[in-house]
Amino acid sequence: MHNFPVNLKYIGILILTSLPLFAAAETAEEKGLAIAIETDRRDTGWQSQTASLEMVLRNRHGQESKRTIRTKTLEVSGDGDKSMSIFDSPRDIKGTAFLSYTHALVPDEQWLYLPALKRVKRISSNNKSGPFMGSEFSYEDLSSQEVEKYTYKYLRTEELDGREVFVIERKPAYKHSGYTRLISWLDTEMYQPLKIEFYDRKKALLKTLTYSDYQQYENQFWRPTHMSVVNHITKKSTDLHWKDYRFKTGLTDRDFDRNSLKRAR
Amino acid sequence: MGARVSTLILSATLASIPAFSYSGEWSGYISGEFRAFTNSPADARQHDNNFSFAAQPEYYTDWDNGQQSLTIVPFVRWDENDDNRSHADIRELTWLKATDNWELRTGIRKVFWGVTESQHLVDIINQTDLVEATDGEEKLGQPMINLALISNWGTLDLFVLPGFRERTFPGEKGRLRFAPRIDTDQAIYQSSEKDQHIDYAARWAHYLGDWDVGLSYFNGTSRDPHIMFGQDDKGQPVLIPHYELIEQWGLDLQATLGDWLWKAEIINRSGQSDISGQKKNYTALTAGFEYTIVGIAQSNADLGIISEILYDERGDDALTPFANDILLASRLTLNDEQSTEFLLGMIFDNDDTARLLTLESSRRFGDNWKITLEGQAFIDIPNTNTELLRGVRRDSYLQLEIARYF
Repeated sequence: MHNFPVNLKYIGILILTSLPLFAAAETAEEKGLAIAIETDRRDTGWQSQTASLEMVLRNRHGQESKRTIRTKTLEVSGDGDKSMSIFDSPRDIKGTAFLSYTHALVPDEQWLYLPALKRVKRISSNNKSGPFMGSEFSYEDLSSQEVEKYTYKYLRTEELDGREVFVIERKPAYKHSGYTRLISWLDTEMYQPLKIEFYDRKKALLKTLTYSDYQQYENQFWRPTHMSVVNHITKKSTDLHWKDYRFKTGLTDRDFDRNSLKRAR
Repeated sequence: MGARVSTLILSATLASIPAFSYSGEWSGYISGEFRAFTNSPADARQHDNNFSFAAQPEYYTDWDNGQQSLTIVPFVRWDENDDNRSHADIRELTWLKATDNWELRTGIRKVFWGVTESQHLVDIINQTDLVEATDGEEKLGQPMINLALISNWGTLDLFVLPGFRERTFPGEKGRLRFAPRIDTDQAIYQSSEKDQHIDYAARWAHYLGDWDVGLSYFNGTSRDPHIMFGQDDKGQPVLIPHYELIEQWGLDLQATLGDWLWKAEIINRSGQSDISGQKKNYTALTAGFEYTIVGIAQSNADLGIISEILYDERGDDALTPFANDILLASRLTLNDEQSTEFLLGMIFDNDDTARLLTLESSRRFGDNWKITLEGQAFIDIPNTNTELLRGVRRDSYLQLEIARYF
């Protein structure tokens, strides 16, 4: 898909973003979609990205456990991104690596490398709703955010912590989601989320994710330094602390194949 | 080992490391293990409950923007009772060079091929370190030169394998062994070059949508010995491993279709003697599925149901106890902070009463410790000369291992 020289998505973006200028009676759904497309457009062109993150899991008694992970991501135009996560700790899973070719609506392709067995395992991607590394983040929270993955509805514009935000409702359009809907508070300057509420299959508020300390890279791409998710039912929480963001790193498809998975470090 | 060619490979591996130093990193584990047996041994010389300790440090360094690396993984185990199980090995000593179109790995390494869970038919590069684990999952380091050619048509791996490694077997005092014991000192070879015969192998692997496929070929000394009757220097009956020259074709396939993983491994081997001593070309197969229920009972846990058939066309003459068997297993993954996992499986022999029950479970505690509880029960194993599992019929055990990772 990534080989297409012309990005079909952008033809759609051109049509859809130019429409509101002329159509006065824009529906809430159209406005929500237009904001999603603008979000996507503004975060296009980083080509590849590497970063390190520390994940701090906290149970209801406040006991902490930590994971350290390095991530590499390849921007794929017209499809979901390719990503590789390499685990440095806990030490018993050091060297375990996870390769994912994400897609908007068809299932992602995923492989796991188990260093003790030297085994590459193709795994099912149906566990989107399952916890990532025992944390309060699920796989779907951390996967590539494609416009086509949701249907959108603009709710209102308001203020959050002194910033003007769009409040958007999203409903997953892909299968096996653990959510019925997500409410996002999207900064109107950065077009990046400050807060997301997740509603579970019983339509109850399951968890709240907050983003903080956004930094701008390459004069274009906003990335949060901290993300924190609280599960309202289990009272557990997980913090992500990002560092060493790098963009346009020269990574290619070859850095995201099963051979590179086996020697990921 | 000890082959001149593998010495050459090692020298080349070490010579490839630039003289100036790089900041490498150390990792690894040390572990203590306690095995408790439910029955007294079948042979009075064998031990009862047993302690053992192991360590496996790992050194890694890379340079050339990560395109070249050196990995060194020594392994050592001390066993309270079994001298054969107290052993050391170099699991890995590899220099890697990667480019856009090829990857070259030279040195001692472990390579895994295959997809199924119950046994690994196509996996043939490394010798089994049988004293480590009865399930055959632990392997000895194999000297090799491995060139991987990478293209849009998949990956073609070519192997030159100098220096054959003999299989490890429990000693006289050891449990979980054949009866009579295997005398590794008397091992014999078909090739006059013995353990210096150079073996060759190749594998093409690719994926197409939901399908992952591998086609492999091996030509050289069989990792599985043919077993012959003999005597030790005290005149006691022993079994003698006989390593023959074989040729093997292998195919492994996996289809990943939603909650279902469909898996198959098929081999065709020639040159290997069966139990009756006849060399017959034969085909063997493992095939089955793993079905996963994500988030069972609205929890975070996943429950996997696994079933595989294990088939070998030689039947009772096969060198494996799994010539016509079925595996039924379930895997429970809690997806919690401690990565708690359970795997409980039973292999049923379709031809007699024998059943093999296996438990594997593990849980992390703290950030650096892991506790593993494993066990095997050998149920209704016929006490007959033709039963390969006869030697372990009283060796059902439960094993607790505590490992500290660093």
